[in-house]
Amino acid sequence: MSTHTNGNAKTNRMPPTHVEIRVRRRERRDAAPYWEEFRIPYRPNLNIISALMEIRKNPVTKDGRATTPPVWDMNCLEQVCGICTMVINGKVRQSCSALVDQLEQPITLEPMSKFPNVRDLVVDRSEMFEHLKRVKAWIEIDGTHDLGAGPRMTQDEVAERYTYSRCMTCGCCLEACPQYGDGNYIGPQAIAQVRLMNMHPSGKMTRDERLEGIMGDDGITACGNAQNCVRVCPMSIPLTKAIYEENRETLVHGLFGWLKR
Amino acid sequence: MATPGKATKFAIVGGGLAGLAAAMKLAEAGHAVDLFSVVPVKRSHSVCAQGGINGAVNTKGEGDSPFKHFDDTVYGGDFLANQPPVKAMCEMAPSIIYLFDRMGVPFSRTSEGLLDFRRFGGTLHHRTAFAGASTGQQLLYALDEQVRRYEASGKVRKFEHWEMMSLILDDAQVCRGIVAMDKSYQQGARYANGEFIQVHPTSIPGEDKLRLMSESARGEGGRVWVPKAKNDKRAPSSIPESERWYFLEEKYPAYGNLVPRDIATREIFQVCLDGFGVYGENQVYLDVSHIDAATLDRKLGAILEIYEMFVGDDPRHVPMRIFPGVHYSMGGLWVDFDQRTNIPGLLAAGECDYSIHGANRLGANSLVSCVYGGFVAAPAAIEYAKNVERNGADGSRVYDAELKRQTELNEHLKKQSGKENQYVIHEEMGKWMTDNVTVVRYNDRLKSTDEKLLELMDRFSRISINDSNMWATHALPHARQLWNMLQLARVITLGALNRDESRGAHYKPDFPNRDDERFMKTTIAEFSEEGPIFSWEQVDVSLIEPRKRDYSKGKQAAKTAGAAGGAAENSPTKDGAAQVPASGWDQKPRDLSGATVWDQNKEQVRDVNHGEAETRREQGKSITDAGGKSDEV
Repeated sequence: MSTHTNGNAKTNRMPPTHVEIRVRRRERRDAAPYWEEFRIPYRPNLNIISALMEIRKNPVTKDGRATTPPVWDMNCLEQVCGICTMVINGKVRQSCSALVDQLEQPITLEPMSKFPNVRDLVVDRSEMFEHLKRVKAWIEIDGTHDLGAGPRMTQDEVAERYTYSRCMTCGCCLEACPQYGDGNYIGPQAIAQVRLMNMHPSGKMTRDERLEGIMGDDGITACGNAQNCVRVCPMSIPLTKAIYEENRETLVHGLFGWLKR
Repeated sequence: MATPGKATKFAIVGGGLAGLAAAMKLAEAGHAVDLFSVVPVKRSHSVCAQGGINGAVNTKGEGDSPFKHFDDTVYGGDFLANQPPVKAMCEMAPSIIYLFDRMGVPFSRTSEGLLDFRRFGGTLHHRTAFAGASTGQQLLYALDEQVRRYEASGKVRKFEHWEMMSLILDDAQVCRGIVAMDKSYQQGARYANGEFIQVHPTSIPGEDKLRLMSESARGEGGRVWVPKAKNDKRAPSSIPESERWYFLEEKYPAYGNLVPRDIATREIFQVCLDGFGVYGENQVYLDVSHIDAATLDRKLGAILEIYEMFVGDDPRHVPMRIFPGVHYSMGGLWVDFDQRTNIPGLLAAGECDYSIHGANRLGANSLVSCVYGGFVAAPAAIEYAKNVERNGADGSRVYDAELKRQTELNEHLKKQSGKENQYVIHEEMGKWMTDNVTVVRYNDRLKSTDEKLLELMDRFSRISINDSNMWATHALPHARQLWNMLQLARVITLGALNRDESRGAHYKPDFPNRDDERFMKTTIAEFSEEGPIFSWEQVDVSLIEPRKRDYSKGKQAAKTAGAAGGAAENSPTKDGAAQVPASGWDQKPRDLSGATVWDQNKEQVRDVNHGEAETRREQGKSITDAGGKSDEV
């Protein structure tokens, strides 16, 4: 699952006595950001979340000044909900699966930069969910009443869909994408969800509506092929493959779609 | 009075499986839904469920049936659950799985392209549909997508990052709304069977949380063992087969590693207590290294990766080291068979209600119970709203008064100053509860735990919030949650103290047997300022006669109890009977449609009280977080 090696660490050194953490903070949306440094006692197997929890039990900076407890989002703590995503030592990733023993100190924690910064390490990623609405990332079922089983599929088809369906809308791909930002580009996550739905036998029936959602100026053609997305995706989703496949589908739809009307 | 056929507005608190399931049904019926959730709903805790969802579809030629599912669930729950809703759930389960299949959940397939099913604890049948080992995530996403579809068409409004502070009750204690920012128990909702807490046998010890190692690892053939020699220092791979103790397989030949969770947990606990833990520590091996890596990746990939990510060993080659961890609350808000609490207008579904799992939940039954609860609550709420008096002029007074009360509570907490830190109190509570109110319970320790809880409640009055910046603060909400957790911790502890027997997950060495005469009863707790007030309610065992649980051999056939016509219709084929083929190429289950249930509910609705309908899900469970909660299904 994880493409973060968690392994760029020096594991042979003596364990440190303390962990130093720098947090980029901001009181509210329009306030100026500032850094605060914290120092907590070392324990083995700390992850960033438990380090932050330690700080909030005693919110005092490294130089002894009382401060407010840093604010961050967390929920599942096993890299499956995506909420705790932040930029750790310059790399965007989930803080629950970032292990202190495998990070260079001082550890820097910053909010993601492509989304509005609500406070401290919390960002507002609602635009990602808006994009899912725009591309109609759902199967148009006739209703929830009992209509028996769904369409048959081979395990290979299911396995390919499964890779896309693991997307937790964390935003790592968008943070790393040089094109994403300021509404220029819908980004890989939504395109991959188009792929997921368009592969499904029932989803195929409304394929064109989804394609139209990624065909504007800020659509799939805005991809600059940097391929950063696929490198940072914590779920190892083949995002570039989704972009390739959907690029082809939109091209065909653009050329011949009018014939269907 | 609400006009029949006209759209009514409903509030749902919680956007996990149950909340989304209810939202989808309400929106589909043409009603407006306001959905409140503390996190964006796609990030709800249901994502952590791993192993699968149960439904007796019977595509494996094993003669499985919803009745057998029903019997396994009631037997596994040690006959504490009211039987009619359990039966209804098991009958709806196949149609729930098919609905998710149609919504695009990538369930694993057989070579014929049908849904694949695996085994889980407490049953001898392959009954669990699964999407890799991230089934909860996949089911939640499917509902999230459908609800987004209704959101796009304006039927659903989401209020994410909103937490419910309280219910708005009118002078007659009827629910008129909610103050968003949980605590319906403290406002008069009855809380049932709080003392039944599931400790999952296999979790990965961790600093911030005990992460779950899914039961599906054993469902796919994983074996639990320890070295026969105490304190054996050898690496597991160099311990020969003859020197390994597969204690579950030895003690429970019929179910082996797939005994129900309460039993597996106690056995692992005891083995460690007796000094057989791996390397002398509190851990045993969960071994899947004998299964080929490709199969493991396909069926269990997601969970093996979690182990690898947090522990560093590759479970495909090295046995995992695991220990029990707090997991799930069987107890919860008291609801009737239509998911209605005792507060008119307030319904509850999901882990927050107590209705299905009795004294011990079977694996892969929680996802199905959440969706079932949501599907039952939605029509029940609609029915309620149809017959309810609107709260005219009186309305705004009730709303304003409750908002004022809640604002004052917040102000009071903000102003409070003292030396206590809420996170320290939280940690102490978690430690006391984990040490004394989980796997093994003694009355003297339960009493001292309650005294400790009272001390913590006293100290709570001297906490400072430490965060003067109220914008997006987590400190104030946490403080309010902590107070609710402390209240609930007392319900759990005193409920356990009162129950002098052993049943399911509740085990007292001083009272080692189940005592149906005295305790085949639901514990009911009601809030008072002086502490919880307890009473007992008879359990409805009208369908299957209670019998002793014994997992060392196959179950005796269930004896259906007298008046239960429904049970007889679905009477089971005998164990080991010839395959009953699925009724058609499309696996369509017989007479199990969701629509039927909808109609049933219309028929079942009893006299309806006054008030505006509100469906909600409460998070009173958070007590289990304190001890480090692990997740599955």
